[in-house]
This record gives sequence, structure tokens and C-alpha cells, in this order.
Amino acid sequence: MLLRYRGRDGMFAWAFHRISGVAIWAFVVLHVVDIYLVGGKPELYNELLQFYASPIGRVMEALLGAALLYHALNGLRIIVMDFWPPLTRWHRQLWYLCWGIFVVVGVPVGWIILKPIWEGVSR
Amino acid sequence: MSTRYSRVGRPRPAGRGRELAIWFLMRITGLGLFVLALTHFLITHVLYDPAEQTASWIAQVRWSSLFWRVFDWLLLMLVLFHGFMGVRTVIVDYASGRVRRVLVLLLYVIALVLFVLGTTVVTTLQVVPKG
Repeated sequence: MLLRYRGRDGMFAWAFHRISGVAIWAFVVLHVVDIYLVGGKPELYNELLQFYASPIGRVMEALLGAALLYHALNGLRIIVMDFWPPLTRWHRQLWYLCWGIFVVVGVPVGWIILKPIWEGVSR
Repeated sequence: MSTRYSRVGRPRPAGRGRELAIWFLMRITGLGLFVLALTHFLITHVLYDPAEQTASWIAQVRWSSLFWRVFDWLLLMLVLFHGFMGVRTVIVDYASGRVRRVLVLLLYVIALVLFVLGTTVVTTLQVVPKG
């Protein structure tokens, strides 16, 4: 459906926003429960932390960070166009700007999150 | 039709009712989350590494000051509104009738549970002095 419907950039911006939003929501549900365990069952929380610090956990955190960053930047783009409608004319350029910032911020952050996988040590 | 046009976000609801208030609040909480959620992620994944964030680290370092407890609680409040109203929009788009009502009700129950769990732990976790 996503590939056949020719909505192009605007549709992808919308689809990514929705997918990233639901993904972040799902993590928030898990995360509030795991932080509750810090008070309730610290051993269980520490066990889960082992997963967060594992290679698979780190890849998932990098994806979470990517979802968060995209959702945040594209969210600003939505606000800009909602409150200054004439700028909607530049919706495509604004989307490319989001991706520019996404790469500039996201690559170094992703590097820092994933680095312990190949360095084999945790800080 | 006088619906305001928006390419990505939910179109601004007509009238002056509750839905319009939610529409505005989604944008205001979004701006708040831009600052709070990104800062939170930066602290927990860039300044510190997940490997060191044990339960005792949270009690000794992360939540040793009132500032960061209030910060994280505010983040929770914004997320509970923005995240759950966002998922509600998704549910309303894809489900109708009884399925929609049940899912939205379930969503609100989850939000309430998270409110209670999050508020409990952030207000009751004992500060353990370092050392």
C-alpha cells in the first residue's frame, strides 16, 4: 500500500510520523513499568538492564533514538505548517531540512550508542 | 468545507470544542517534549551509558535531586497526554463502533496505570547517598 500509493514525500512524512509515534508509545509503556521496578523489584530491573546494554538492546535503542528524533523534527515541521499555512508551500523543502538535521545529529549519537558493541566494553 | 489544510498532522478540527483543545494541546505538549524527551534521551544514552544505569545508580545519581525528579515527572505527564492522545487518533482512524470504544477505553486504563506507577516510583524512591 505504502509503495503503490503515489503520495510521495508528504505521505511518507505522515507514515513515518505515525509509525515512529506508535513505536515510541510502546517503548514508553515498557519504560514506565521498568522504572517502577527500580522501586518495587530492583533485581528484576537490573536484569532487564542487561538486555538494554546488550548488542540487540543497543540496536533497538538506536532505532528508538531515530524514531524520537524524526518524530521531534517532523513534529516541528507540522507545527510550522499548521500555524503559518503559507509555509506549507515549502513542505518538501522543510522535510528535507528535517532529514538534514536528522543525519547531522543522529549519526554521532548512533555511533556513541552502538560503539560498545564492537569495543566490547561498557563505560 | 472549511477544514484547515495540513499535509502531515491531524487537520485542525472545526468549531471550538474539546477536539480543538486537544489539537492545540497536542502541539503545545509536542513542543515541551521536543525539549524534555530529547534531553532525557541525551542524558540516558549519550552522557551516560545504559550499562551503568543500575537501580542503585538511579537512587544515588540520577534521582538524587528534586530537579531531575520533577523533570522526569513532567516528562511523564506530557507523554501521557501526547502519546495517548496520539494513539487515540490512530485508533479512531482504523477502528469503528464497539472495537473503537473498547480500544480507547483500554488505552485510557493503560494511561491511568502508567500515571500511578510512574508517580509512585518518582515520589517514593529513597535517595541513597553515594559512597
